[in-house]
Amino acid sequence: MTVTEDAPVGEIATLNVTIRIKRMNPEGTPARAPGESYWEEFHVEAHATDRVLDALHTIKWQEDGSLTFRRSCAHGVCGSDAMRINAKNRLACKALLKDLNPSRPITVEPIAGLPVVKDLVVDMEPFFASYREIMPFLVTTGHAPTRERLQSPEDRAKFDDTTKCILCAACTTACPVFWTDGQYFGPQAIVGAHRFIFDSRDEGQWDRLEILNDKAGVWKCRTAFNCTEACPRGIEVTKAISEVKRALTTGEF
Amino acid sequence: MMNAPAVVPPRFIRSGRTRPNAEKWSWMFMRISGVFLLVLIFTHLFINLLTGDGVNQIDFAFVAGKWASPLWQVWDLVMLVLALVHGGNGMRLLVNDYAHHRWLRSLLLGALATSVAVIILLGALVIFTFDPCPVGADPALLPGFCFDL
Repeated sequence: MTVTEDAPVGEIATLNVTIRIKRMNPEGTPARAPGESYWEEFHVEAHATDRVLDALHTIKWQEDGSLTFRRSCAHGVCGSDAMRINAKNRLACKALLKDLNPSRPITVEPIAGLPVVKDLVVDMEPFFASYREIMPFLVTTGHAPTRERLQSPEDRAKFDDTTKCILCAACTTACPVFWTDGQYFGPQAIVGAHRFIFDSRDEGQWDRLEILNDKAGVWKCRTAFNCTEACPRGIEVTKAISEVKRALTTGEF
Repeated sequence: MMNAPAVVPPRFIRSGRTRPNAEKWSWMFMRISGVFLLVLIFTHLFINLLTGDGVNQIDFAFVAGKWASPLWQVWDLVMLVLALVHGGNGMRLLVNDYAHHRWLRSLLLGALATSVAVIILLGALVIFTFDPCPVGADPALLPGFCFDL
């Protein structure tokens, strides 16, 4: 699809895209029963530089105001608009239409494995509950120092990757074990634990490791790598999970 | 005077908790037994299929000849036990993933453990009580050492 070649300088080319959205209205519509999920197609004229989120905005603001989805910052930082776009979990605000083969309909679904509340909005509570369980806060003993807790760049580098997490749930809801077994903590909670387990300033490592040594913990990971592929921040999630496994088997950090 | 709000200690224990380290040892066992099984099975296949007359050599006499040696008795027993426990443990993980009702899970895990135990017992029984020279058998089918006495 040539979208930019013919455009005069300074003018942004447009493209016509079809967006197929998996919808669900818990109260029902005149045509649909309450809670019934169905696909609906929308045709949108978008700029060639637009993202999926812009197309969703156009639909919501100009075609169907009942379309429901989450977004806050709309710039890939807040992590509210993770969706399953063309069968892969992405942030709608980071996925460009031109990268998604816009000559064919682009499918947009809610992330899988969590209960759908309405349209693209899911109940994130099971996801956050797992995150809370791994104690995502600094645990220390003794008196608080009067100045910063210093750390060498080498110590900091050990968990640098996992500090990038924005809790969008793209990894956890891409995990096949999470889909089948609601007990599994999911990749994100392990990433959140990794960020503190490998932090030299933290003293709660063994509490967290004990939690992750649980039946529902890291041993449920089958290294499918779906999480690493899904992460919009490029975190090597499966590697982080394996590092937690290694810490549990060798006792070394 | 107002009292400070009571701090409820957070609960970190999930309902699925079992014996400590059980899943860790299960995970380690899968990796270690996997390495052993690779060696055991591929050596087994190599000896049976690629040495001597290849696949044509396998008959009653061939099996009887192998099981007359303590090496192959132990080899086959270890292969049997590791393969069944390794496979059974893998199936256990699948049952835990997909069987969501307590009764269904108990039923499947019970059936799995029973079949693993029965097959290991039967296999071990065959390996160690095997008679390579049954009385009254066709001499053409028997291994050579049956006639050496």
